[in-house]
Amino acid sequence: MLPLIIAGALGLLVVLWVVGVYNGLVRLRNAVKNAWSQIDVQLKRRHDLIPNLVETAKGYMVHERETLENVTKARNLAQSATGVANQGQAEAGLSRAMMSFFATAEQYPDLKANQNFLALQEELASTENRIGFARQAYNDAAMQFNNKVEMFPGNIVAGMFSFAKAEFFEIEDAAQREVPKVSFS
Amino acid sequence: MFELIRANKRRSMLLVFVMLALLLALGFTIGFAVFPPRGFWAYANGQRYEVMIPPGGLIGMGIAFLLWTIQAFAAYFQGDRILMAASGARELERQDAPQLFNVVEEMTIAAGLPKPPAIYLIEDMGLNAFAAGRDPQNACLAVTAGLMGKLNRDQLQGVVGHEISHIVNRDVLFMTMMGIMAGTIVLISEGFVRATYYGGSGTRYRSSSSREGGGAQALLMVLAIVLAIVAPLIAQLIYYACSRRREYLADAGSAVYTRYPEGLASALEVIAGDAQLTASANKVIAPMYIVNPLAGAQSLTSWSSTHPPTEERIRILRGMAGGASYANYAQSWERIGGAGRAAMPASALAQTAAGEIIAPHAAAQPPLMAAAGTADFKSQISDINSQAPTVPVQMAVPRGAQPAAAQAARMRQTGDWVRQLNGFRFITCGCGARLKLPPEYKNDKIMCPRCRAIHATSEATTDLPGASA
Repeated sequence: MLPLIIAGALGLLVVLWVVGVYNGLVRLRNAVKNAWSQIDVQLKRRHDLIPNLVETAKGYMVHERETLENVTKARNLAQSATGVANQGQAEAGLSRAMMSFFATAEQYPDLKANQNFLALQEELASTENRIGFARQAYNDAAMQFNNKVEMFPGNIVAGMFSFAKAEFFEIEDAAQREVPKVSFS
Repeated sequence: MFELIRANKRRSMLLVFVMLALLLALGFTIGFAVFPPRGFWAYANGQRYEVMIPPGGLIGMGIAFLLWTIQAFAAYFQGDRILMAASGARELERQDAPQLFNVVEEMTIAAGLPKPPAIYLIEDMGLNAFAAGRDPQNACLAVTAGLMGKLNRDQLQGVVGHEISHIVNRDVLFMTMMGIMAGTIVLISEGFVRATYYGGSGTRYRSSSSREGGGAQALLMVLAIVLAIVAPLIAQLIYYACSRRREYLADAGSAVYTRYPEGLASALEVIAGDAQLTASANKVIAPMYIVNPLAGAQSLTSWSSTHPPTEERIRILRGMAGGASYANYAQSWERIGGAGRAAMPASALAQTAAGEIIAPHAAAQPPLMAAAGTADFKSQISDINSQAPTVPVQMAVPRGAQPAAAQAARMRQTGDWVRQLNGFRFITCGCGARLKLPPEYKNDKIMCPRCRAIHATSEATTDLPGASA
């Protein structure tokens, strides 16, 4: 009788442990999902702001058609991207286009004095920050989740219920990470 | 990070219990002294028993507990609003201060709060900010107009990060509760001391006390008086100690959220350099501000200070060599002062910390130090950044110190912005002067004080030309 009770108790403990780990995994996975939706909201916000910016700048930057078109193109590309990795690449392209746009805008004092432009610039700068912060939060959440999925003994439960690792959101692409080549010719 | 909060919670619970025990002990002793125990003769089975009951002690404890409960309830459900009303803050809309809202929302995302706090403005040219509210869902954040005028975006972000960190750590709730307990202790003690002083209850009860009479009762009375004098002091020391500890944690939080400790460091420098006190502050709200609003520019560290000395906070932030994590902050914290330093006088601190990372008189020359500090820090950060991609630095290059003229212009703009919020209307005269009409100004015409041109009041607009507060 006694061995039976001990075995039963042990079995119950194991079941309770599995339930605990499973629930923990689900909670972390939801945190990852939530963090991703935060990024998504901010990316969408950026995509919505850019047409306004281009519209405002058009009147002042008549000779910079190409820069403006690049921004619009990069924005459309980013908007249609799907998947964490693809989206990261497209957003990196958009960031670069925006950077060169703002660098060009520096040469137009009238544009820089435009209230509407200033407001949009603040909104975009803020959105950039938010994307950055949301990315931090997402990657933190993803790392916590992945640790739990990969580390022993959590990985047993993760394997049982086939929890897949979360992807990290990298906004820089490979080209950006290379050391820039400088030539003096 | 979560471990930090959990450890903090444990320590907090302990302190709450100490405080509560102090409160109850005070209630018990006073009750005991005022209503002394009486002996009864009870007869049972032909025997005579002496039964002593101490109703006074229990009554005293009950009253103390009840007082605390009532106040705690009020504070829990109305605390944020009471605080905001006490400091004369008004709620802002998004269009009033888009940049402030952006900064707050960014920090909300960085901290992972469910929603941004309500944002309030204190119409005060002193430089300060505080957070209130029982939990992240019911939080509010207040900044002074002076802060909006004097800080640049990165600095504002550092300050907002600090306040958001208070909200995340539930410091606001905790400090409110501790404040209420300390307040109740003060209230009871003062009431008792006064009642005794004016020849109230004490003597009356002593004369009518039971056979044991005089001696013991007098001793109890003395004990009660001593406790009534000492308890408020102890309560306040506990309260201040908690407050200081939490300031460090909030500074660390700000560095983690912004990934840019220099923002808060230079903001603190600007705030410390500004001698103007926050007029609307009072003792109870003081621990909730970013710097102690009641101490002047240099607040010495001491047992009775709600905040660690600003200069030291700056040094710790600047000493976070090459990283923006809680671990970095903890390292820097230890290097610059160590654990026992809250008890140390400022002079001793200056000696031990001299020559470390930043010269001791950093606060005396803000522009130079700010510039040098940032450049250095940036390079360190980017080094670390290449090694640890999950801890990137998000901020743009800092704008550095603003020239005095630009700062004065910003302050003027901020003043106009506050007037605009209060329903002032503006006329820009041909001579360049800007006329500000208060909402109660009812005349049709107004004369420009500089060039004496007459304007019709109907020209006035509520728009602010060139304002970007």
